[in-house]
Amino acid sequence: MKYRLDPQPLEWIDRRESVSFRFEGQSFSGFRGDSLSSALLASGQKLLGRSFKYHRPRGVLSMANHDVNALFQSDEATNIRGDVTPVSEGLDLRACNVNGSLANDKDSYIGLLSRFLPVGFYYKAFHKPKKYFPFWEKIIREKAGLGEINTDWTATRQPKQYGFCDVLVIGAGASGMSAALTAADAGADVVLVDENPHIGGSLDYQLANVEEAAGVRADLKTRVRSHANIRLLEGHYAAGWYTDHYVPLVGADGIVKMRAEQVIMATGVMEQPSVFRNNDLPGVMLASAAQRLITRYAVKPGQRAVVLTGNDEGYRAALDLLEAGIEVAAVVDLEWLDKRGPWAEQVKAKNIPILEQSAIYEAKGKDALTGVVVGEFDGRGCDSGLTRKFACDLLLMSVGWAPASQMLYQSGCKLGYDKKAHQILPRALSNGLHACGRLNGAFTLEQRLADGERAAKDAMAQLKGEAINMDLTLHRDSAAHSHDWPIIRHPKGKNFLDIDEDLQLKDLINAAKEGFDNIELMKRFSTNGMGPSQGKHSNMNGIRVLAEITGKSIDETGSTTARPMFHPVPVSAMAGRRFRPERLTPMHQWHLDNGVQLMEAGQWMRPEYYLPVSEAGASDAAGAGQIDQRQQAILQEVQAVRSGLGLIDVSTLGKIEVMGPDAARLLDVVYTMKMSTIKIGMTRYALAVDDSGVIIDDGIVGRIAEDRFYVTATTSHAAAAFRTLSLKIQELGLNVRLANLTGSMAAMNLAGPASRKLLSGLTDVDLSEANFPYLGMREGTLCGYPVRLIRVGFVGELGYEIHLSAAGAMEVWETLMREGQSAGIRPFGVEAQRILRLEKGHIIVGQDTDGLTNPFEANMSWAVPLKSKPWFTGKPSLALLKARCQRKLIGFRLPQGFTGELPKECHLIIENGEIAGRITSIAYSPSLGRTIGLAMVDLPLADEATELKVRVDGGAMVSIEPCPTPFYDADGARQTADLTEVA
Amino acid sequence: MKLLDCPDIGKRPISEFDYLGEIRIPPSDADEATWADYVFNRDNAPGVLRERWYHRPTGRWFILERNTLTDEVVGLVDPADVRYKEPNYEVPA
Repeated sequence: MKYRLDPQPLEWIDRRESVSFRFEGQSFSGFRGDSLSSALLASGQKLLGRSFKYHRPRGVLSMANHDVNALFQSDEATNIRGDVTPVSEGLDLRACNVNGSLANDKDSYIGLLSRFLPVGFYYKAFHKPKKYFPFWEKIIREKAGLGEINTDWTATRQPKQYGFCDVLVIGAGASGMSAALTAADAGADVVLVDENPHIGGSLDYQLANVEEAAGVRADLKTRVRSHANIRLLEGHYAAGWYTDHYVPLVGADGIVKMRAEQVIMATGVMEQPSVFRNNDLPGVMLASAAQRLITRYAVKPGQRAVVLTGNDEGYRAALDLLEAGIEVAAVVDLEWLDKRGPWAEQVKAKNIPILEQSAIYEAKGKDALTGVVVGEFDGRGCDSGLTRKFACDLLLMSVGWAPASQMLYQSGCKLGYDKKAHQILPRALSNGLHACGRLNGAFTLEQRLADGERAAKDAMAQLKGEAINMDLTLHRDSAAHSHDWPIIRHPKGKNFLDIDEDLQLKDLINAAKEGFDNIELMKRFSTNGMGPSQGKHSNMNGIRVLAEITGKSIDETGSTTARPMFHPVPVSAMAGRRFRPERLTPMHQWHLDNGVQLMEAGQWMRPEYYLPVSEAGASDAAGAGQIDQRQQAILQEVQAVRSGLGLIDVSTLGKIEVMGPDAARLLDVVYTMKMSTIKIGMTRYALAVDDSGVIIDDGIVGRIAEDRFYVTATTSHAAAAFRTLSLKIQELGLNVRLANLTGSMAAMNLAGPASRKLLSGLTDVDLSEANFPYLGMREGTLCGYPVRLIRVGFVGELGYEIHLSAAGAMEVWETLMREGQSAGIRPFGVEAQRILRLEKGHIIVGQDTDGLTNPFEANMSWAVPLKSKPWFTGKPSLALLKARCQRKLIGFRLPQGFTGELPKECHLIIENGEIAGRITSIAYSPSLGRTIGLAMVDLPLADEATELKVRVDGGAMVSIEPCPTPFYDADGARQTADLTEVA
Repeated sequence: MKLLDCPDIGKRPISEFDYLGEIRIPPSDADEATWADYVFNRDNAPGVLRERWYHRPTGRWFILERNTLTDEVVGLVDPADVRYKEPNYEVPA
C-alpha cells in the first residue's frame, strides 16, 4: 500500500484489521473501513473503470457516492459503487462495461469514433428501416451500458421500519449538527441522519487541518452523540421527500420510513467539475475528493499536483495536499488573487506558484494524468496561444458547488440563482421545511453554525404553530464560492460535461442547435443528467451552458427536478418484507391437519382442495404426479357432493346484519331485486350493480324479522359491500344499523343428497320440505350452538349453509365430518366448488363478468325489475342498456373424449380473423364426462353460432359447441325435491 | 404516504381511506344525456370541493371540504345538509 499516509487524526480506517479482496483478477488489500476505491488507490490502482459510451479510462471523481465510473461487479451484485462501498474480505470484483479487461478494453477504440457519434445518434441512426432495429439494439446494448444483472441472485428481504419524529435533520455536518442540537435543546424529538458511516461532514475533510474547527468539531460531536433527544442514524441516506414530510432513509439493512413534523435540510453542496479537454482522466478529481481520500482513508491521491480553483476552498485543498506531503506544482486561479482570503495568503507564503486569471486548457495523459496545459482565462474562454505546461499526476478541481437541493425541489420549494454567490439558493421554503448551511449559502464555520441554529428555531416555532418570518439570507456569505463559467472550449473536444453518459460540451451545443434548447428537452435528447449520478455533477454546468447558448439567465433557463428517489435504492429495500395480513378461518387448523392445499383469496387463505392425508405426505415428490393428484382430488370432491355429501368452509363470505326501520328501503336501493317483499324466514338472490349498470357483487339477502336482514357478499367484495351499505345510509339519511359479522361468524356449506339426513340428527330445526323449503332461512341450534341455516343452491344439490359464531365452528365442522363418514362425506375446496357451480351455469362475479359486464349480458334480466321497482342503484343505466346488449354469456362444451390442447380461461374466440369473445370459465365436468365452460361472446354470434373457434396457447384453433345452461340438472330438481336418501 | 387531516378523527395515513370523490346526487327524471353526464363526467376543477371519504378501520364515511389546489382539508360537512331522497325513475316506454 505504497500510497498510504501516516495515520490521520480523523481517519475512518482501522489499521489493526487488514482486508483482502480481488479486483480484475489481482489481489488487493486494504483496512477495515476502507472503501473499495480508497483501498485500490492506496495500492496504486488509479484506473477504476471504463466510461459508458467511449470506454475511456476513468478513476476517482468525488469519493462522495457520485463516482459512477467506478462501478464494480461481483458474482452476486452489480453496479457496486467503489467510492462508498466498504471493502469486505474475499470480495471478487470486476469492472463494469468492459470488453476484455479493464486495463486493455477492446472497446476503447469507440472513443476514436466519437466524432461520428453525435448527440442523438442512436435516436436517429437505427430507426429506419424499422426491421433492423432489434439487430442494432442488441449491439448497442452490449457496447454501452453498465453492469450485468445476475438473474440467479440470492434473494434477500430487508425489513422496513417506520419512524416518527418532531424534527428530521438531514446531514450531520456543522450546520446539521448545530440545528439538531438547537432543536433537541428546545425539547424536540430529533432524528439526525447522514449518508456517511460517521458524522462530521465537511468539518472533517475540508476543515480537518483548520485549528479553529477542532474545538467546535469535538464539542458538536460529543453533544450530538450524548443528547437524549437526538436519535442518530449514520450510514443512511434520505432518498426523497414525499408529501407530509415522509422521508425514506435508506441504510444497508433496509429503509426507515420517517414521518417528521419538520424537516431541516442540511444536505450541503456537491462539488462541481470544471469542463476542459480530458477532464475525465484518472488523476483529475474534485478537490473535496482528494480531501476525503486523505482525511478519511489516509490515501495519497497523487505525488505532484496542480490545483485549479475558482474559490477559497481550492487554496484550502492545496494546503491540505502540502500537509500530506504532496508536491503542489501550481495553483491555477480562474480569477484574481485579491478576491481570495487567508488560505490563499498561506499558499503564497509557501512559495507555491499561483497563476491568476488562468484555466486548464487541457489535461494530458493516455491512461492517467501526466500533465496539464494552462492558458490565460478571461472569464469566458481560454486562449490556446498563451500556455504553460506542468507535469503532474494529480489535478484538483475546486471551481464551485451545486446545492444538494433535490428534496427541496421535490417539496415544492422555490430556488433561484444568486448572481453574487453564483449558486442556486433557496428563496421560499414550503411549510415545515428548512434549509441551512452551505445548501443555503452559509460557508464559513461561524455562518454554518449560526444558520443551523436559525433553521432549528424556525422549525421549533412552526412546530408550535407559530408564524415565522423566515429570513434565509441572515447568515449567507458575501463571497462567491462558485465560478459562473468553469467551462473551456477546445477544438478537439473530449471536454466532458457529463461523465455518466460521456457527453461533451459540443453535444449540448448541438442539442440546442437541433432545437432542444429547453432544459427538460435538452436533458432528454442529450441524456445529460440521466445517468446513475442523475446529474449530480452535470446539471449545474448543463444549465450554465444552455443559459449561455440561449442568452437567458440561469433562472429563466430553470432546472430539472430530480424525482424521488433521487439516489439508486436497491429493489430489495423497496420490497421490504411481506407485510400483507392473512386472514384464517376458524377451521384453518383442521384444514392443515387434513391435507389441504391452500390458496389466497383476497386476504384470506382458503382450501383449494384436499389430498387424503397419507397421499398429501407423499405428494412432496412433486412433478407430474402431483398435477394428477390435484386433478384427481378435485374430481373426487365434486363426485362426493353429487353422489353423497361434501362440506366446504365458506367463512370468508361477507356477512352483514342490517337492522332498523329503514333496512328494507336500504336493501332496495343497493340491490337490483326487490328485498322489501322478502317474507320473514326466506332469502333472495342479491345482485348489485354500480351507477353505470356493471355487475359488482352478488350474494343473498335473508329476512330475519320485519326490520332485520342478513346479507352475504362474495369473499372479495365483503368490505366493499359493507362500505356501499354505509354510504347509502349516509346519503339517504336512513335509520339503519349495520353489523359487519364477516370475521366473527363462521360459515360452511353442507351439500349433497345426504345433507338433510345428516343434519336432521344434529339440529333442532325442522328440516322437512314443508317447514324449510329451498331458499328458506331458519334459526336453531346445532351441536348446542345457535346457528342460522340457509338452504342455498350454488353447487346445485340439496344443501345448507350453516352460519354460526366462530367460537363453535370447529366443533360443528368436526361433528359433521365425523357423523357424515357413513355417507361418504368429503371436505371440498374452492376448485371443486367452481366446477360444481359451473355445471349449474352459475356465474362468479369477477370471473365470468368483467369491469363492463351488465346483467343482461350475463343472462340475468330476471334479476332486473325495471318495471316494478321505482329505484335502485344503476337503474337508469340498465333501462338504457337493456336494448343495447352487445354480447352475451353462453355455455359451451367440448366433444366427449376431446384430446387436443384444452382452451383456458381468457382464450379468445376468433370469428373471421377478429376477436369475437373470450372464455371466462372452463373445466372438466365429472358429472357430464366432458369439458364445459362459459364464454362471453359478441352478438349476434352468441345467439346464432352452432360452432365457435378458440385460439389456444399453441396457436391452434379449437372448436367449441355452444349449448344451453345449466349443464347439469337443468330444472333444479336436485336442490328442491326430496331426492335425498341416496346414502 | 400522505396524511389526511380529518376534522373528526385527526391525522390519519391516507391509505386508511377510500376516496369516492365529489358529492353527487343522482338526477331525478333524467334524460339519457343528463344521466350519462352524471355517471361518467366529473368537473375535476380545482377549488374547495365537498368529497366523500371512507375510513376503513372505523367503517365510517366522512364528507370533507377539501381545497384540491392546496390539498388542505378545510371543513367537515354534516351529512344531513346533503341528503337526498332516492329518485323515482320511470322507465321510458
